[in-house]
Amino acid sequence: MTATVENDTPKAVETARSAGRFLFIAAVVLICAWVLVPIYLLMVNTLSSPQEVTGFPKTGIPSFDFSSIQFFISFAGVAKALWNSVLVAVLTMILSIGIGAPAGYALSRFDFPGKEAFRMLVVMTRAFPLPLLALPLAVLFIRTGLDDTAIGLAIVHTVLAIPFAVLITFSLFSGIPLELEEAAWTLGCNRWQAFQKVVLPLVLPGIAASAVFAFTISWNEVFAAAVLTIENRTLPAFLVQNLNVSPLHLKFAGGAAMVIPALIFIFAVRKYLFAMWGIANR
Amino acid sequence: MAEIVIKNVAKSFGSFQALHSIDLTISDQEFMVLLGASGCGKTTLLRIVAGLETPSQGEVWIGGRRVDKLPPRERGIAMVFQNYAVFPHLTVFENIAFGLRMKKLPQQEIDRRVNRTAELMHIEQLLKRYSGQLSGGQRQRVAVARALAMEPDVILMDEPLSNLDALLRLEMRAELKGVLDASKTTTIYVTHDQVEAMSLADRISVMNGGKIVQAASPVEVYRNPAARFVGSFIGNPPMNFLPARRGSNGQWQVAGLEVAGPASGDALEFAIRPEDLTVSPDGFAAVVRVVEPLGAHTLVTAEVGGKPFRAVLDSDLAVSPGDELRLSPKPDRVRWFDPESTKAV
Repeated sequence: MTATVENDTPKAVETARSAGRFLFIAAVVLICAWVLVPIYLLMVNTLSSPQEVTGFPKTGIPSFDFSSIQFFISFAGVAKALWNSVLVAVLTMILSIGIGAPAGYALSRFDFPGKEAFRMLVVMTRAFPLPLLALPLAVLFIRTGLDDTAIGLAIVHTVLAIPFAVLITFSLFSGIPLELEEAAWTLGCNRWQAFQKVVLPLVLPGIAASAVFAFTISWNEVFAAAVLTIENRTLPAFLVQNLNVSPLHLKFAGGAAMVIPALIFIFAVRKYLFAMWGIANR
Repeated sequence: MAEIVIKNVAKSFGSFQALHSIDLTISDQEFMVLLGASGCGKTTLLRIVAGLETPSQGEVWIGGRRVDKLPPRERGIAMVFQNYAVFPHLTVFENIAFGLRMKKLPQQEIDRRVNRTAELMHIEQLLKRYSGQLSGGQRQRVAVARALAMEPDVILMDEPLSNLDALLRLEMRAELKGVLDASKTTTIYVTHDQVEAMSLADRISVMNGGKIVQAASPVEVYRNPAARFVGSFIGNPPMNFLPARRGSNGQWQVAGLEVAGPASGDALEFAIRPEDLTVSPDGFAAVVRVVEPLGAHTLVTAEVGGKPFRAVLDSDLAVSPGDELRLSPKPDRVRWFDPESTKAV
């Protein structure tokens, strides 16, 4: 009798554990599928010939036919939209790091009145839905002549990217001990030299990552781009406008053109994005 | 010549008064240790001398020059930090050369100084490494070498050994003393470790609650504490204290014993170091509570007049808890404190 009990208890624990394990694996598979299946289907259809995209049955295996992509690239306006996208994204990158990094440094190094409120406020810029702001912004931009310009759109994208730039750089600067800067001061540096010679080399990879992230935010943003530009559309805005009325294979090619650079960028800087959310920096 | 004069320096952080009107003169080439428990203001005082903190009032002079308004780089100081602050993105060589490059010295002079200080600190084989590839003790050596290479008038050290393990600390302590003696710089060294302070210092400034309680040579601080705090803080085990009342014919009543003492006053505190007690029939009646044999000596914790009372006795003496002992103080080692002001009488 005792023997049965002794055999029974560990078995129950083991069953529970393996059930938990099953649930865990199932959840992981589900989440992976949620992210990967659309990307996979996108890839398959992008790399298939137009006939295969519309045809049936599907093979599920790409035939590595580049005719859709070629057609998409030579499609009137794509090259210009791509250039606009890059231009706006680069401007956004420069502006958001130029403004965000000093703010991050100040937050990590100085105590000033309203510091907490400021941190809150930085995040608050994301609390207003863009559709709400779009109309007044459009009016304002038309009045100031910023409408349909790369810099005008870059300013809006900068507002979207700044919370991330500030938070990422804040955590980067906080990771650098103040003692290192103080040591540099005692060794003959003024504040700026110490920053340049000690802090900057140490945060540069992180700053680059945060710049790439700002780039990606601008690259993917469609609403403001669609509202605030007409002639100088960025790629997402251009696609929204044109792909509605395009054949299916073109939609896939356009989608891939948007997704792949963003995926590559995010993958390159994933380590710093994890650090930003407080997950151990691995 | 780099005499450091601290005049009436005070510092407050908001409503917290970290330093109260400090006056201290550290003569040229002196090794001054600031000793105190954490939060006593010793690091704040060091940082004010370094220029990393601005005093709320008062003046700091180094080598006849008023420096309290100058940034750290113009004060002729070098500092060794508690966490070493070795730059992780530079090699050991470049770390040591950092300040020399800021001074725009010729490359030849930089090489000479880096190699000399590296040799002095026994890190010449590490010059190509990065700080991530060094142990704590090696980082400490780099930090000291970096400070020495500056050939400063003043070296400031903020608990430089506190992050090392005990054995390494002992070794580095002796080495630091030799190197700093040879360098002939004025040194201010902050520590909470009294053994470190005693062994390194020409003079110790004992700090408590943002004030300097006593600034004197290690032996003087140990033998003649200027205040009750110093006696209880320095020495392990610390001084014993017993209340004393004015008795008949000018003697003092201490735990049932008549002791000769100061002529004035009604109530004082009697103090004696545990090693200045001997077992003899005319001493204090003490009931032994704990016996700790330490090899060379035996530490006995007893009770005298209801107060804990420690004695360091010969290890041949056979005592066990519950025994009654007679402990008598060496007359020339007895000290007296005013219970009101806690100052020595």
